[in-house]
Amino acid sequence: MRVKIRHTTEYAYNGQVPYGLQQLRMIPKTSAGQTILSWETRVEGGSKEVTFTDQHNNHVELISLNPETRSISIHCEGEVDTADTVGVIGQHGGYAPLWYFLRSTSHTKAGPHVRALVKAVGKDYESDTTRLHALSAQILSQVPYATGTTDFSTLAEEALESANGVCQDHAHIFISAARLMGYPARYVSGYLVMNDRVEQEAGHAWAEAHVAGLGWVGFDVSNGVSPDERYVRVATGLDYSEAAPVSGIIFGGHSESMTVHLQVQQ
Amino acid sequence: MNNPSEFFDELSGFGETPRAPYADYCGWFDRQNEAQLRKKAKEAEVFFRRTGITFNVYGQQEATERLIPFDVVPRIISGREWSRLTKGIEQRVRAINAFLHDIYHRQEIVRAGRVPVELIAQNEAFLPQMIGVSPPGGIYTHIVGTDIVRTGEDEFYVLEDNARTPSGVSYMLENRETMLQMFPELFSRVPVREVSDYPKMLRRSLSACAPEACEGKPVVAVLTPGIHNSAYFEHSFLADQMGVELVEGHDLRLVDGRIAMRTTQGYTPIDVLYRRIDDDYLDPLNFNPTSMLGVPGIMDAYRAGKITIANAPGTGIADDKAIYSYMPEIVEFYTGEKAILKNVPTWRCSEPDALAYVLEHLPELVVKEVHGSGGYGMLVGPAANKREIAAFADKLRSKPSNYIAQPTLSLSTVPVMTKAGLAPRHVDLRPFVLVSPNKIEITPGGLTRVAMKAGSLVVNSSQGGGTKDTWVLDE
Repeated sequence: MRVKIRHTTEYAYNGQVPYGLQQLRMIPKTSAGQTILSWETRVEGGSKEVTFTDQHNNHVELISLNPETRSISIHCEGEVDTADTVGVIGQHGGYAPLWYFLRSTSHTKAGPHVRALVKAVGKDYESDTTRLHALSAQILSQVPYATGTTDFSTLAEEALESANGVCQDHAHIFISAARLMGYPARYVSGYLVMNDRVEQEAGHAWAEAHVAGLGWVGFDVSNGVSPDERYVRVATGLDYSEAAPVSGIIFGGHSESMTVHLQVQQ
Repeated sequence: MNNPSEFFDELSGFGETPRAPYADYCGWFDRQNEAQLRKKAKEAEVFFRRTGITFNVYGQQEATERLIPFDVVPRIISGREWSRLTKGIEQRVRAINAFLHDIYHRQEIVRAGRVPVELIAQNEAFLPQMIGVSPPGGIYTHIVGTDIVRTGEDEFYVLEDNARTPSGVSYMLENRETMLQMFPELFSRVPVREVSDYPKMLRRSLSACAPEACEGKPVVAVLTPGIHNSAYFEHSFLADQMGVELVEGHDLRLVDGRIAMRTTQGYTPIDVLYRRIDDDYLDPLNFNPTSMLGVPGIMDAYRAGKITIANAPGTGIADDKAIYSYMPEIVEFYTGEKAILKNVPTWRCSEPDALAYVLEHLPELVVKEVHGSGGYGMLVGPAANKREIAAFADKLRSKPSNYIAQPTLSLSTVPVMTKAGLAPRHVDLRPFVLVSPNKIEITPGGLTRVAMKAGSLVVNSSQGGGTKDTWVLDE
């Protein structure tokens, strides 16, 4: 599938910002079943400082806000060729050792709720992937998709307790539980082609777990499937904070508001 | 001038006559008037106060500035001893750099089973942001301060490999300066190798590690957390002696893809930043977001190859005290040679058998925190009372993996000048090592720290230790 993406993120500040930086993880990765045909990042109100590859092989761009600016907008646009690999990304690569993906983070720290979830899923399955699919289904039944009750700072434990969440919460819960079961796991931020609309409110997020033999396999808890040709992988990390599309530091003490315009289409 | 003792005395060995390296000095000393020498010692203190060498002691009610006691009797090392020591240190420092590259890349040493994976995986000093990063020139530890102790004529042990931001070099330089001023005639009598070009060597060594982005002569700067840091004097001293800028985090920002410092002529890009600030505080965008001391985005510029940070972030994984116990294996793995310098036998309290042994033998052991430094939070068994030992045992049981234990070493002594004449006191030695792509340089001498209390084995300045000038003989 040829996926076309146009993604604009705008930040408006209620005063002039003397100095600020935004770290972007918005360039899709080249990976199994995914080829980047074209990609461009344009920034208004800021300038590109450096680009580098981080410990997850994410393409990172660092931009600085133009002095005394009141707003900045980041436009990403490109085309990606995708194929259905039934969620399988394959063998682990790069220098980050697999044990790193067993580390718990503040977002994915397992507490009583995650432990109870893992217990409820149990161990008796014919394969690792069926067990992980069962985990995925169990999460969705306990935490139905609902917007407005959680935000980017919500922890896996909190989302499980509140019994409501969005894709990011589902991914965090899945990662936390998978690590507890002994599977290296990671967070994926990216895009999803939706059949009924082009305009979307936000990007998508799902999880990947590493199983013996297959390597990395994706699980989209919110949609109850493994990613197929409708999914575009952008950045990965131990949790949201390591894969977030934008993370920044703004000096001057002004409040900010963010607006997103996103189009994902065939 | 004699001192028969159960400890190896560097002046008189285990006997009563001066050892060869001290022969010239003793010939001079025997003709001096002791009252006169004590007067000189007082003058030295005035000299230090004037230069402003003081340091802050953490954990005291009033954070007063204190003077580190200085003793006028030098510690003397023969040319032969020094050459063996430097071979051993060089080997160790080469191994440490190879280890750091490996740990942040393929981790061959873990795959080979020579270092257990848990030691790295569960180590707070392992810095994920360094995974896959190759610093300019391939150097991780540009400046190392290897702590060495001696227990006999040919018995040298490495106590710690300080590979993060070792301090103390300003004392090495000031101690020599003071001795030269007080006893100029001594230096014409005894052939002592110079240390005064350390700042020049440091600047040259740092410049040799400039990143590819550097255009022309490398711009070097020293990054300090500020005047409240206990080593602020040293930061400003080194910047001044090297002839480079002393900067704080708020002086720096990203300009045109480079970390640049504010000057009267606008922003100037920095090529090599000698930072005297811990990893966690270095970059609020990538590490501790509450840090006001660091430079946001510096880790990004670093990963993009636009600046050299000395020492590299994440070097703590090599000088952690649990890793220390594997140093003989680490040296052998990367150099193919046996370690020249000995390691102190170390019990890792994370291992149940070791913990049981340590708990049973606390009165005779030294127990340290894995990530500790400065002599804080440690137990010196032989010097502790029953109550202190019991309290420490509780701490040990509640978090065993936080501790390692070592036998109490019979540290060598060197005489110090006391009111009652010369008296032996225990010492250690911190030589300063500079690493650049083409060479490893070790300034002849280093910082000799001395426990000023009779019988004490704790030499840390924060615990009342003093310093001595350290002489390496040119022979």
